[in-house]
Amino acid sequence: MKLTIERAALLRALGHVQSVVERRNTIPILSNVLLRAEGTKLSLSATDMDIEMVASLVAQVSKSGATTVPAHTLYDIIRKLRDGSQIELETTGEKGLMTLRSGRSTFTLSCLPPEDYPLMAGGELAHNFLLSAGDLKRLIDRTRFAISTEETRYYLNGIYLHAAKSDQVDMLRAVATDGHRLARMEIPLPEGAAGMPGVIVPRKTVMELRKLLDEMQDDVSVSLSDTKIRFTFAETVLTSKLIDGTFPDYDRVIPSGNDRILEVDCKLFAEAVDRVSTISTEKSRAVKLAIERGSLTLSATSPENGTATEELEVRYSAQPLEIGFNSRYLLDIAEQIEGEGARFALADAASPTVVRDSADASALYVLMPMRV
Amino acid sequence: MEVKAQTPNCLCRDCGRIAPVAMPAPDSCPACGSARLVAHAELATLAIAHVDCDAFYASVEKRDRPELADEPVIVGGSVRGVVLTACYIARRFGVRSAMPMAHALRLCPDASVVRPNMEKYRTESRRIRELMQATATRVEAVSIDEAYLDLSDSESDEPPARSLARLALLVEKRVGVTISVGLAPNKMLAKMASDMGKPRGFFVIGTSDALAVLAPMKVGALPGVGPVTAAKLEQLGFTTIAELRQAKADELTHRFGRWGRRLLQQAHGEDERRVGFGRGRSVTVGAERTFANDLRTYEQIAPEVEQICARVAERLARADLAAGSLTLKLRRHDRLTRTHACRLHDPTMKQEIILAAVTPTLLRQLDGTAFRLIGITAHDLMPGKRADPPDLFETD
Repeated sequence: MKLTIERAALLRALGHVQSVVERRNTIPILSNVLLRAEGTKLSLSATDMDIEMVASLVAQVSKSGATTVPAHTLYDIIRKLRDGSQIELETTGEKGLMTLRSGRSTFTLSCLPPEDYPLMAGGELAHNFLLSAGDLKRLIDRTRFAISTEETRYYLNGIYLHAAKSDQVDMLRAVATDGHRLARMEIPLPEGAAGMPGVIVPRKTVMELRKLLDEMQDDVSVSLSDTKIRFTFAETVLTSKLIDGTFPDYDRVIPSGNDRILEVDCKLFAEAVDRVSTISTEKSRAVKLAIERGSLTLSATSPENGTATEELEVRYSAQPLEIGFNSRYLLDIAEQIEGEGARFALADAASPTVVRDSADASALYVLMPMRV
Repeated sequence: MEVKAQTPNCLCRDCGRIAPVAMPAPDSCPACGSARLVAHAELATLAIAHVDCDAFYASVEKRDRPELADEPVIVGGSVRGVVLTACYIARRFGVRSAMPMAHALRLCPDASVVRPNMEKYRTESRRIRELMQATATRVEAVSIDEAYLDLSDSESDEPPARSLARLALLVEKRVGVTISVGLAPNKMLAKMASDMGKPRGFFVIGTSDALAVLAPMKVGALPGVGPVTAAKLEQLGFTTIAELRQAKADELTHRFGRWGRRLLQQAHGEDERRVGFGRGRSVTVGAERTFANDLRTYEQIAPEVEQICARVAERLARADLAAGSLTLKLRRHDRLTRTHACRLHDPTMKQEIILAAVTPTLLRQLDGTAFRLIGITAHDLMPGKRADPPDLFETD
């Protein structure tokens, strides 16, 4: 294999691919990135056996071939090379080495045979649809904070992506929950997604996908089966296994009869929650909401620090209510609300509360109260 | 100062007998003849204790080297040449902790200087801690040789005072060092009380006599008031605790910040801190079992672990505390002891959650090794209302 490539392009592609590679691996080749030069393209692949990321880019290939080299080392080298430089990669015969030359720098990297590189088995991905990068970003952003890290409930360790009906309209829904809060985001069901199975996309895949989306504006092609999902961008393809489990029937935990409606200015509310929770010394940072006609009093107490209270003008006309929440959870939700107002639908101090963006019905959050 | 007309009770620190004080007060216990009697009106009801080992490092060294028993002993020297602990004989010459060694030896030239062996002290401290944990459900270790005990929710009907007297005897017998016990209605008074009886003391300050006991003392006697604060207070005209009580809260807050308010509370003998909620201190609730025969297999060990979990859960519930994290302690047949941290997703006081959290760790350790002891300890304790937060999908 021998090729020349521009540093900036290689750095960008490698940046995406190397982040899939785990820092510690028991199987040595999993620390490597697979390089394959063919025609006018260089393709880079990395995997952790659950996720596979492939990026391809234009290169001047003078000799086709493939090899694998340590991913993080290669990335660090490219990162430190001068901006604007050209890089030449060449494998040297039977020795299992790859030489990297750029300007006056030369590196030789030890390789492992490309035939040993574990590629994800093919298999048909029967369901295909297109999503705009913006829609996919929103599906992820509105929900990922609620993904559980609890290993015993592994089926909550991802975003549940599925087709559902909202008021007779077909929707594509993303749902995540850790049992304390739940986030649900929906967009109109894209063409081709009808009949797709509900799938649980693992946390790491979600995070990698989100990183890719930071730099992409175009549409993303999504293909999936009930065991795998693939996101195809112009130059990059991310394929991931899905979590093999059953996502709980979340609909039944979204209360529909909460009739105490509280409307707050989201920004003022978030700032006040943040301020009041400063006093709290617990890990859970509980804040109490005392709500009565037209006003909300936030308070927190700590046996060591003292107390904090702050009053907000709100819209509320139901019976007075006192309820406690984890302030972190309130802030997580407030952060996702882009409109000015947030609308809380409450039942009582022990039952789940529903929060929505007053101006946008596509996202919905359910929050379990804390004992205060 | 009002004195309640309550008949004082009298505790014999050797046989544990508690009885109303007869008049005239006896010099020795009518039951066992011991002269170590403690009398106090609130003896049967007080439940917060401060336990402090007497000249801990020096006592351990004397235990191991009986020839030094009647000699002045100073532990220290290796670290910046200061005194870590002086035994009570050396203290008579004026030797104090943190004093430069050279100065100490000028005061007491005949003292034997022993280099500290921290590993040994930690081991002994752990043994004492275990005895404390067997005595009280809530133990807050303040340092290697000091702890607060809360016996208010003790599982037995025994008066806390008697449990503490027995603890002192047990520590002497099993560990070979002496402790001083302060018994009071709160942590601060308990700490002052343990100081007042030292060494091998057992001192009681009650709600009824706290103000009178504190009144004549210098402000420096209050916990947390060192020479610098004491000097500042004296400048403001507060030399004794009684004088400090006259201070205005604003004045103290202005001068000392948050600490000022606490100072005034302390001067009144008040302290709201609960045992187990000290700042950054290690606080644990735990249970363990030593087996009659060493156990190897999961089938043998599982029922034992289940019982230990039940015990921990019960103790957490009794103390109204939630465990934020857990450790599993395993002692092998050859007494090698290892502890393993177990991940806990949410704070808990439930037996089944504790069991589920320790089981994966336990299974990893069961490789045919024979174990003689298994223990589970709950750390990062928080108020019980934080335990097992309600879950959207688990409604019970």
